[in-house]
Amino acid sequence: MFNRLKCVLFFYLITVQLIYAAEWSGQLGIESRIFTETAAFSGQKGNSSSVFFQPEFYYESETGKDSFTFVPFMRLDQTDNQRSHADIRELTWVKVQDDLEWRVGIRKVFWGVTEAQHLVDIINQTDTVENPDGEDKLGQPMVNLSYITDIGTFDAFILPYFRERTFVGKKGRLRSQPYVDTTTTFYESVDKEKHIDYALRWAHSIDEWDIGLSYFNGTSRTPRFIVGINSSGDTVFNPYYDLIEQIGLDVQATFNNWLWKLEAIHLDGIGGSGASNFTALTGGLEYTFYSVIGEATDIGLVIEYLYDDRGVTIASPFQNDVMFGMRFNLNDEQSSEALVGIIKDIELDSTLYFIEASRRLSENFKIVIEARQYISIPVNDILYAYLKDDYIQVELSYYF
Amino acid sequence: MKIYLIILGLFIVSFNVIAETAEEKGLAIAVEADKRDTGWGDQQAKLVMTLKNRFGQESRRENRNKTLEVDGDGDKTLIVFDSPKDIKGTAFLSFTHALRPDEQWIYLPALKRVKRISSSNKSGPFLGSEFSYEDISSQEVGKYKYKYLRDEKINGRDTFVVEAIPQYNKSGYTRLINWIDKERYQPLKTEFYDRKNSLLKTLLYSQYNQYLNKYWRAGRMDMQNHITGKSTSLEFLEYKFRTGLKDRDFNRNALKRAR
Repeated sequence: MFNRLKCVLFFYLITVQLIYAAEWSGQLGIESRIFTETAAFSGQKGNSSSVFFQPEFYYESETGKDSFTFVPFMRLDQTDNQRSHADIRELTWVKVQDDLEWRVGIRKVFWGVTEAQHLVDIINQTDTVENPDGEDKLGQPMVNLSYITDIGTFDAFILPYFRERTFVGKKGRLRSQPYVDTTTTFYESVDKEKHIDYALRWAHSIDEWDIGLSYFNGTSRTPRFIVGINSSGDTVFNPYYDLIEQIGLDVQATFNNWLWKLEAIHLDGIGGSGASNFTALTGGLEYTFYSVIGEATDIGLVIEYLYDDRGVTIASPFQNDVMFGMRFNLNDEQSSEALVGIIKDIELDSTLYFIEASRRLSENFKIVIEARQYISIPVNDILYAYLKDDYIQVELSYYF
Repeated sequence: MKIYLIILGLFIVSFNVIAETAEEKGLAIAVEADKRDTGWGDQQAKLVMTLKNRFGQESRRENRNKTLEVDGDGDKTLIVFDSPKDIKGTAFLSFTHALRPDEQWIYLPALKRVKRISSSNKSGPFLGSEFSYEDISSQEVGKYKYKYLRDEKINGRDTFVVEAIPQYNKSGYTRLINWIDKERYQPLKTEFYDRKNSLLKTLLYSQYNQYLNKYWRAGRMDMQNHITGKSTSLEFLEYKFRTGLKDRDFNRNALKRAR
C-alpha cells in the first residue's frame, strides 16, 4: 500500500515537473482567398476560406542538453478537400554533447540563401497546397548528427521515410491541368516511400562569407508526371518519383549594405529510368538603404537570376527568369514589412507579380496579406494553368 | 644609478600628469572602465523592453540575452525573443568587433532559416525601440575617440563627463556625451547627438548592482527620444555570471536551438 502510494506520488511529481518545465505556444489562424477572375477549369471553385491550427509543445531538460518538441499542424479548407490536411511538422528529440548534436524524429531543415526559389533545400517535401510560393514544408523523419568543428559544421542525415508532395485537388485553384491525383503514385525504387535516403552537408562562416556544400542521395522531392485516368474517369497527372543524387552549393557574401547570393545544384538520375540530369542556379544580390524614409524605414532591392539548363519544360517554370523585388521594413513597433516584386521569364515573357505584407495588430494578433497576379503566360509555360488564378489572400493569426 | 632612475621615473610621471591633454584623460577613463569590466567571462540575463509612444501607449517585449566575453575583440551575443508571441523563438546572433563590421545572423523559426544579415544598419532601431543597433552593440574602447570635458555631480554621485566620437562607419551620431561614475567607472547618463549635432536621445542608467564582487550592471535603462517624444525602458532581470558558456554556444547551430 505504502509502495503504491510512493509510486503514485513519484509519477505525480514527474508529471507536475514535466508540465512545469514544458511550455505550450502556437498559432491559430483564419485565411481567405479572393480570386479576381472566374476559374479556368471545370470543377474549380471560387473564393475560399480556411482555418488552421499549429500548437507547439516544448520541453527542455534542466541542463538544457536535451529537448523535445512537438508541432502538429492542421488545416480545414472550405472548398478543396486536398487542402484540408494534417501533418506532424515536428516531433523531435535533440541531444547536445560537446561538439556533437543528435536530432532524432520528424523535423524541418532549411538550406540556402536566395529568395526567389530554394534550389539547394532538399531535405523536406514541399506542402504545395499551403501556398504556391513553396515555402511550406512537410515534416521529414530523420536521424541527423551534427559535428561542430573550427572548420565548419558537418551534418549527416538518414531519411528513412519519404513524404509525398501534396497537390491541390480538382476543386481547388492554383493547380495544374489536368489536376494531380495522388491516389496513384509511382516510384523508381522498389521500396517506394520506404527507400532510405541520406544526405551530407558542410557549412561554414568565414568573415564575410557563408558557404554550404551539400549532397543528397535518394528519392527526388520533385516528381515527374504520368498522364493517367483515375477511378472517376478524369484524366489526371500521377506523380512519379525518380531516384536521384544532387550536389548543391550555396554562398552568401555580406559586404556592408550588399548581400551577394548564389545557389547552384547539379542533379543526376541514378536509377536508370531516365530521370533527366540537369544543372540549375539562382544568383543575385540585395542592397539595403537603411532609414531612408522618415526615421526608420529601410528599403531593400533584390535582384536574382533563375536558370535551369533543361530549358522550357514542364519540370520548372524558372529556366531563364529574372526576379526583381523591393523590401520595405518600417522598423516600427508593429514590425510592419512588405515585399513587392515581379518574376519575369526572359524567353516566354510570362510575368508574375507578387506582394507579401504583414503587420502586428496587438500583442497576440498579426495580419498577413498576399497577392499574386499571373500575366501573359503562354501555353507552353507550366504556369499557364494559373493564368486565371490571380488572388488576394488575407490571413489573420492569433499567437499564444 | 638607482636614485637617478627613480628621479627620472618621478619626472616622467609628473610630466605626464601635467601634460595630459583632455583627449588623453578621456581615453584613460575609457581604458580604466574597460579594464575594470574585464574578466567576467560570460553572462546571461532576462530583458523586458517597454516601448512608449508620445501618447503614453505601451507595448512590451521580452527576450533573453547570453553574452560571451572575447579577449581582444568585441563580445559574442545571442538574443532570443519570447514576446510578442508572433516572433517567439526568433533569435539574433552577433559577433561584435571594434572597427571592422560586426557579423550578424538572424534565425526565423517559421522557416527554420538562418539568415546572415548586414551589420551596416548601425543607426536603425532595434525591434522598433528607441535603441539602435549601435546602442546595444558591445562597447569597445577602439570604437570611439574620447575627450574629457569636466567633472559633474549627478544624483549625488561624482562623475567624469567624457565626449566620445564614433570611429566606426555608418554611425547615426556625431558624438556621445557620457557621465561616468568616478567610483564605479560605469555610465550614469549618455546623451546622443545626431548627424546634425543636435541632441537626439538621452539614456539614463539606474539600479546598479555589483556581481562577483567586482562587476557593476545597471538594472534599468531609460532612453528618451527628444525628437519623436517616444521612449524605451529596459529592465534586466536575473543576471547570471560565469555560467560556463563557450564559443560553442554562439554559432549557427546554437542559434537554431536557442529557446
